[in-house]
Amino acid sequence: MIDKQILKILERDARTSPSDIAVMLGKTEDEVRESIKNMEANGIIRRYKTVIDWEKAGREQVFAFIDVRVTPSRGVGFDDVAKRIYNFPEVHSVYLVSGDYDLRVVVGGKTMHEVAFFVAEKLATLENVLSTRTSFLLKKYKDDGDVFVETETDNRLAVTP
Amino acid sequence: MKPISRVVQSTPPSGIRRFFDIVSQMDDVISLGVGEPDFATPWRAREACIYSLERGQTHYTSNYGMLELRQAISAYLRRQEGLEYNPENQILITVGVSEGMDLAMRAILNPGDEVIVPEPSFVAYKPCVSFAGGVPVVIPSYMDTGFTVTPEQVEAAVTDKTKAILISYPCNPTGAVASKDTLQRIVDIACKYDLYIISDEIYDRLTYEGKHVCIPTLTGAYERTILLNGFSKTYAMTGWRIGYAAGLPEIIEAMMKVHQYTMMCAPVMAQVAALEAIRNGESDSNEMIEQYNQRRRVIVKGLNDAGLKCLMPGGAFYAFPSIKETGLSSDEFSERLLFEEKVAVVPGGAFGECGEGHIRCSYATSMDKINLAVERIARFVSRL
Repeated sequence: MIDKQILKILERDARTSPSDIAVMLGKTEDEVRESIKNMEANGIIRRYKTVIDWEKAGREQVFAFIDVRVTPSRGVGFDDVAKRIYNFPEVHSVYLVSGDYDLRVVVGGKTMHEVAFFVAEKLATLENVLSTRTSFLLKKYKDDGDVFVETETDNRLAVTP
Repeated sequence: MKPISRVVQSTPPSGIRRFFDIVSQMDDVISLGVGEPDFATPWRAREACIYSLERGQTHYTSNYGMLELRQAISAYLRRQEGLEYNPENQILITVGVSEGMDLAMRAILNPGDEVIVPEPSFVAYKPCVSFAGGVPVVIPSYMDTGFTVTPEQVEAAVTDKTKAILISYPCNPTGAVASKDTLQRIVDIACKYDLYIISDEIYDRLTYEGKHVCIPTLTGAYERTILLNGFSKTYAMTGWRIGYAAGLPEIIEAMMKVHQYTMMCAPVMAQVAALEAIRNGESDSNEMIEQYNQRRRVIVKGLNDAGLKCLMPGGAFYAFPSIKETGLSSDEFSERLLFEEKVAVVPGGAFGECGEGHIRCSYATSMDKINLAVERIARFVSRL
């Protein structure tokens, strides 16, 4: 059974315990455990991860958004070339998009040189790739719903009617 | 110098104020004392306001408020409650429900007229009646009736001076909602004695079980009800101070007359933000309500587990547990809890005599803080 309320709670905080979720939703702990187990089993919950500000943690990292124009292959369309690309560990995301380019690829590396090298060596040389356009990420404001710059603080008066 | 107004002088300052002064001098307090959402106003409303300022939309609006906003409210009331209010002359934009309440009292009361006020309830009701020259007649409610007054109590309080009855569900501070049947019977009494009904429904959307009962939808209520509502709670817009009143044209016109000479109009930039909120803020609002609902269950369980008997509130964002078994007064309990465990709550006595023996705990705060606060409360209670 798909329980979207449980999913939303876990999406916000994956560490929320089944007993807490049970109280929040007015269900029994067993119901919640069962539901989570099912959703894990059928791949609705893929895995649990942590949102990290790597910059704050001191890790040097460079990201680039690479738009790729490709010729789709007969029979497999874009899937084949997408797979060739997404299997590289440097590649963080690959999307098929509408517009002038076909694939939007996000690539990460330790240095700008490393990312540029990956594009020139691995991406541009792929048989079906016609052209690429690279934009380096300069500052991350918001990622996947999380704001990475200053956040608003609670500035309410402590006691109000 | 001659003394100030007798009415003002005899009105005690809000019981909340004293607490605020203590709390504001302490660090690291977890506050369950806040009567407003912890969410900031949805960005779309703030952004709409910024844009309007950039365009120089900085002038007076109609005394009734922006027509577009009144039209949006009229459409909302039709959609939500099936009610018909003409945006031209049946809706007045006020500076929060607080002003709406004041206008309603001043529009209908003559000196000495009585207004029936159920308690525990919002701190401003009684002063509003008195400032308008009226006499508040309190009817108490207690935990055994789920903090709703009974139709019998209402009828018993009616005298030949009674002009109006004030209704406010979901209730601040108890979170109580009243059943449709109870409310209809109260409306019947208002009809029988020809009383106005002033219904403060600011927490209407924060109703967690079943559908909110909007008073003017009840049989016989529409003609005699002044419906007060606003944007503070539904759209987390407390500081913007935008409310509205809806009722028969002659009542709204009377309220507008007072508003016209005292307020002129509600601030235009806040009206612009409210317009964006009511047009496009539904999903933002629903998201907040869903979270309040989850916190509600967590705090009520936590308080009961801590040994403070607490009903499951049907609306608003307050839990109102009993502290009678601790043997402390609500003032003592709140003060000691603050000094010993740094958790701020509001003593129930601030909301009327019958609120004594309870504390108001707002769950308009993050889940982490609620959990921490409940833990501290449990520790405090176990020490007593």
